[in-house]
Amino acid sequence: MNAKRKDFLATIMINLIVAVVVGILVFLLAYILISGLPHVSWSFLTGTTDAFSGAGGIGVQLFNSFYLLVLTMVISIPISLGAGIYLAEYAKDNWRTSLIRSAIEVLSSLPSVVVGLFGFLLFVVQFKIGFSVISGAIALTFFNLPLLTRNIEESLSAVSRSQREAGLSLGLSKWKTEIGIILPVALPGIVTGVVLSAGRVFGEAAALIYTAGQSAPVTNFADWNPMDAASPLNPLRPAETLAVHIWKVNTEGLASNAAQLSAAASAVLIIAVLIFNLGARVLGMYLYRRVTASNK
Amino acid sequence: MEQTHSQLRKPDAQPNEWAVRLHHATRATREDWLGKAISYLCIGVIILVVASMLWFITSKGIATFTQNHVSLGKFLTGTNWAPDQGQIGALPMIVGSFAVTFAAALVATPFAVGTAIFMTEISPNRGRKLLQPVIELLVGIPSVVYGFIGLAVVVPFMRHLVGGSGFGIISATFVLFVMVLPTITSMTVDSLRSVPRYYKEASLALGATRWQTVSRVILRSATPGILTAVIFGMARAFGEALAVQMVIGNAAIMPKNLISPASTLTSQLTSGIGDTIDGTLPNNALWSLALILLLMSLVFNALVRIIAKRGQLKHER
Amino acid sequence: MLKQYSFDKTAVQSFAANTPLALRTEDLQVFYGANHAMHDADLAFPKNQITALIGASGSGKSTYLRSLNRMNDGIATVTGKIWYHGVDINEPDVNIYEIRRHIGMVFQRPNPFAKSIRENIVYALRANGIKRKAELNERVEQSLRGAALWDEVKDNLDKSALSLSGGQQQRLCIARSIAMAPDVLLLDEPCSALDPISTVKVEETLLELQKKYSIVIVTHNMQQASRISSQCAFFHLGHVMEYAPTTTMFSNPQIPVTQDYVAGSFG
Repeated sequence: MNAKRKDFLATIMINLIVAVVVGILVFLLAYILISGLPHVSWSFLTGTTDAFSGAGGIGVQLFNSFYLLVLTMVISIPISLGAGIYLAEYAKDNWRTSLIRSAIEVLSSLPSVVVGLFGFLLFVVQFKIGFSVISGAIALTFFNLPLLTRNIEESLSAVSRSQREAGLSLGLSKWKTEIGIILPVALPGIVTGVVLSAGRVFGEAAALIYTAGQSAPVTNFADWNPMDAASPLNPLRPAETLAVHIWKVNTEGLASNAAQLSAAASAVLIIAVLIFNLGARVLGMYLYRRVTASNK
Repeated sequence: MEQTHSQLRKPDAQPNEWAVRLHHATRATREDWLGKAISYLCIGVIILVVASMLWFITSKGIATFTQNHVSLGKFLTGTNWAPDQGQIGALPMIVGSFAVTFAAALVATPFAVGTAIFMTEISPNRGRKLLQPVIELLVGIPSVVYGFIGLAVVVPFMRHLVGGSGFGIISATFVLFVMVLPTITSMTVDSLRSVPRYYKEASLALGATRWQTVSRVILRSATPGILTAVIFGMARAFGEALAVQMVIGNAAIMPKNLISPASTLTSQLTSGIGDTIDGTLPNNALWSLALILLLMSLVFNALVRIIAKRGQLKHER
Repeated sequence: MLKQYSFDKTAVQSFAANTPLALRTEDLQVFYGANHAMHDADLAFPKNQITALIGASGSGKSTYLRSLNRMNDGIATVTGKIWYHGVDINEPDVNIYEIRRHIGMVFQRPNPFAKSIRENIVYALRANGIKRKAELNERVEQSLRGAALWDEVKDNLDKSALSLSGGQQQRLCIARSIAMAPDVLLLDEPCSALDPISTVKVEETLLELQKKYSIVIVTHNMQQASRISSQCAFFHLGHVMEYAPTTTMFSNPQIPVTQDYVAGSFG
């Protein structure tokens, strides 16, 4: 009798807890979208920001976010692919490997602000490159490498041993087997991981404040020569991203409509993350079906 | 033996034609060499990044003590933070960081475990189809968005409720609670799901109620996993910079209560590092704060390992 | 309780000096760490014949087979000599990739690549420098005919190999191996995952293939060994106990352990 009452009470408690949690989650998403979306317009998405007050559109910041994302991925995917292959294929089960794994663990658990400060120290203070796209992209790479490496290693290791044996038994080198046979099978998992990490990189701000900087100089979108100072592709110009912009507007901004601005920018950010999330699922599923295509 | 060798030779072959053929480097051996070089190089880059990160931040962080001769004891216990006047007491930030971290974990854990039990034991179907994707999405929401909501909703609410500015430890706690909730929940769900089914079936077959089964069998055997989840959540809270910085008020003074402006290691770092000059005491002092952050992240890491090892031992026994 | 047999009494045949041999091992030992999995195996495999390795599971026959083309590299320590065309291919400085091209292997579970049927065969060929389309096509047809799969798949060469049945997949794996034009083909229980009809097809294929290749096959199925092999070696707990022509092995086994195994009263 007592046990049954307890069971009943516990169930009610848990249902209450879930109701609170769901309530918070729904409120969060609803608040951002409802307060932000009405202010999102074409001119907001493409317009330029007033450098002094921080008011105005987010066109440059949006471009910067994507540009940094692309650069980060271009740098971090090859490195983590090589490192993932090392861990999945070449690493022996010994103390050196476990040391390497610990190092990657440590890197992945460092707060992003520490990673950003390291980037600041290295690029801005030591190398005197200044706040720039490239400093930001490399800081984001540091932050992205451990996750991507682990994801790639896991996806590669999940491929059956028999596939490796098949490749090796035909006289293919280990490398060729890994690249030509195992990688295509592991691709769905890898792509899902890459897109999810893209979402994380897209929203990261703490690592960027002191590397990519907090200003978004107006660029000339007609000039695509990366060597020109005014070109949006110039890797040495400072580049405030959307996430940094939200922080900046809220902490130092003088715009009278700061709340509206950041609500709208947050809504855009959330929608981008949502797209990355859904994209990861859909793309992963599509590739999975292609790789295991049994019918066609 | 010589005889057998000659049998194996092809009649038309030169004596050592096969020896040459089978010892020759081919495309495959070259590929293997190249592949090894590439992957060793990549892992080398990562190791180099980690090593130089630890080295740079440590050497910068200890400069306060080695170059500016601030005593470590004073740094850790002093309550007066005015680096431009030579006062380097980091206790307010240390207390602030630990306070918001523990408070957020304390509040979030029951909610996370409750939600995880719901998702795995009470309504697995709805859990998988509805809650799971939403929680995964929440893990991905950028921290500035949490900070903005804290600023736009939580701070005014606190101001309204208890007066004052609304900035302070309690607002930061609330923002962090919402931030770490999805992290802890999704990891707890994983550890509850990994409890063998037959544990549960055996318990139910003995006539235990669902709650008895959950509380005495499932939660108990998932304890290491739940602890790990909580530590991950705490590590995230401890290292979170912007969301906290936006709502805590950033006053480097000992927090007297939960509703007055305070500061954390991360918030002090983010607001201060751009305003100081490299090599000066105020700058070095900030790097010392960064060093504490780094060391704490190593501690969280070690805790996770210890729990994992303990958990393994328990299973082996 | 497992009956104890002495490892001292063995009956391993040797071949007349003029018998052409494909492969021969001398004192081959395999260790998995401290576990001594294979004790001095001295076996010779005649050219263009099928040799079957039989024995209970855990007898070391697969371990032995995998050592022959160095597939145990990095997994186990293999000592002793493996003679192939007068070269000891167990030496560390031998090019293992070259060896595996000459000594192909087919595994227990069919393991086609997650690629099209054609790509399964041409992938390794291309990696070996064969680029001409006509030659690749010819090799595809030849090897698929060799593995008795051509008629079933010739209209669907671009279909995924994973869409084939288990038996077809295994014959594709055989085709993939023989497309490399090896000398020797090693098969590790190739039919254990197949149904009886597919098994018959694979066996017919092997009987045809021995005209061109020397074949060593591991099987736990004595009927299969007696149906297809000319020579037969019996393995027991990491030792080669008896090696004889298949007909002799099954009609007149020499030592007690083989007698019991063949009679089915083993263990």
